[in-house]
Amino acid sequence: MAAERGTAAEALVGQVVLPGDLLLLPAHYDEDAEGERLRLSAGAAPQGRLLCGPGLRRSGAGLLVTKCGLLRHRPAGGGAYWVDSQQKRYVPVKGDHVIGIVTAKAGDVFRLDVGGSEPASLSYLAFEGATKRNRPNVQVGDLIYGQFVVANKDMEPEMVCIDSSGKSSGMGIIGQDGFLFKVSLGLIRKLLAPKCEIIQELSQLYPFELVLGMNGRIWVKAKTVQQTLIVVNILEACEYMTAEQRKQALAKLSGN
Amino acid sequence: FMQRGLDSQTKKQLEEEEKKIISEEHWYLDVPDLKEKESYIIEERSFLRCEDLVYGRMSFKGFNPEIEKLMIQMNSKCKEEEIEEDDKMEADVSDEEMARRYETLVGTIGKKFLRKRDQRVLKDDDEDDEVEEGNSNTRPSKRAKKMFLKPQD
Repeated sequence: MAAERGTAAEALVGQVVLPGDLLLLPAHYDEDAEGERLRLSAGAAPQGRLLCGPGLRRSGAGLLVTKCGLLRHRPAGGGAYWVDSQQKRYVPVKGDHVIGIVTAKAGDVFRLDVGGSEPASLSYLAFEGATKRNRPNVQVGDLIYGQFVVANKDMEPEMVCIDSSGKSSGMGIIGQDGFLFKVSLGLIRKLLAPKCEIIQELSQLYPFELVLGMNGRIWVKAKTVQQTLIVVNILEACEYMTAEQRKQALAKLSGN
Repeated sequence: FMQRGLDSQTKKQLEEEEKKIISEEHWYLDVPDLKEKESYIIEERSFLRCEDLVYGRMSFKGFNPEIEKLMIQMNSKCKEEEIEEDDKMEADVSDEEMARRYETLVGTIGKKFLRKRDQRVLKDDDEDDEVEEGNSNTRPSKRAKKMFLKPQD
């Protein structure tokens, strides 16, 4: 069976793509072009390399779609294409900041549940200012905000709570009280967008603290239990509300 | 099993035989080498590098001041506003605060010398280096010594 002819990637940006679609890239990304031709070609020569994001796979003639969703494109920095898909199950990815729950202490290593297929491991030395004698005070059932340092399908994922320069920069044990709940991954990405209206509107209501993990977990803490639960309900419901419904709901709350 | 006294030629023959045996056992690809093409596409599984996502820890309306500082720090790394903030900080310290502190410094050190000199009776006029005025009389010099005088530049 001959493969279907692909369509140009640029034409499908912002539209729904299905697994199996082949996307053709513009000519200057073509691997068969000789080096000389690339340099001589005037106009938009790619400065960097094309980034093939989640949901896409590189195949001989272009990019192959592996997840259904909307195709997104970012022209800056060499260009990037990815598929904006919705899912609830998290797959550990290197560099992601996630919230984990400590399930066990095994010698020098903590086992964290991050919502993936395997529990992640976290060494007790991976905290800021931790030494062999100065151990961090982590108990079973604590919440930890950290990032993945190893995450592939062949190995058990590993997490750390410091960044490359040795500073914690906000990672580590999340404090007492508060409420942890789970949402879909698409909502997390929406909330983490640079200018998210939901977050801006919520921040006008009352003071509260929020930690968003890329594994779909959100932790909220406000002054009273009632305020915390209100924030939780809004965040859970705003996935399926339109902007107007959300503004009405918030107006009712701020009126009360 | 290299025996002593073997001639160099026989040694070479033995080595060659060993190599032949080994090379026959080695597996090798019978396929012509594929020319590796330089690829311009990088595969990435993380959304963090595709989209411009902000930092996951947030605090609003002063609930957690440390995290609010962190938010400004992490989000301004993308926007490069730190340079402006540093300049403003230096300007504040140099202008107003230095003047205030200098004034209070004179007062505090003056009090320190007052306490000491009240208890003791001084006879030496040449003790103080800070006293700039003339030490002709003991009384004015004592009074002068009680007060800490700013050194004139």
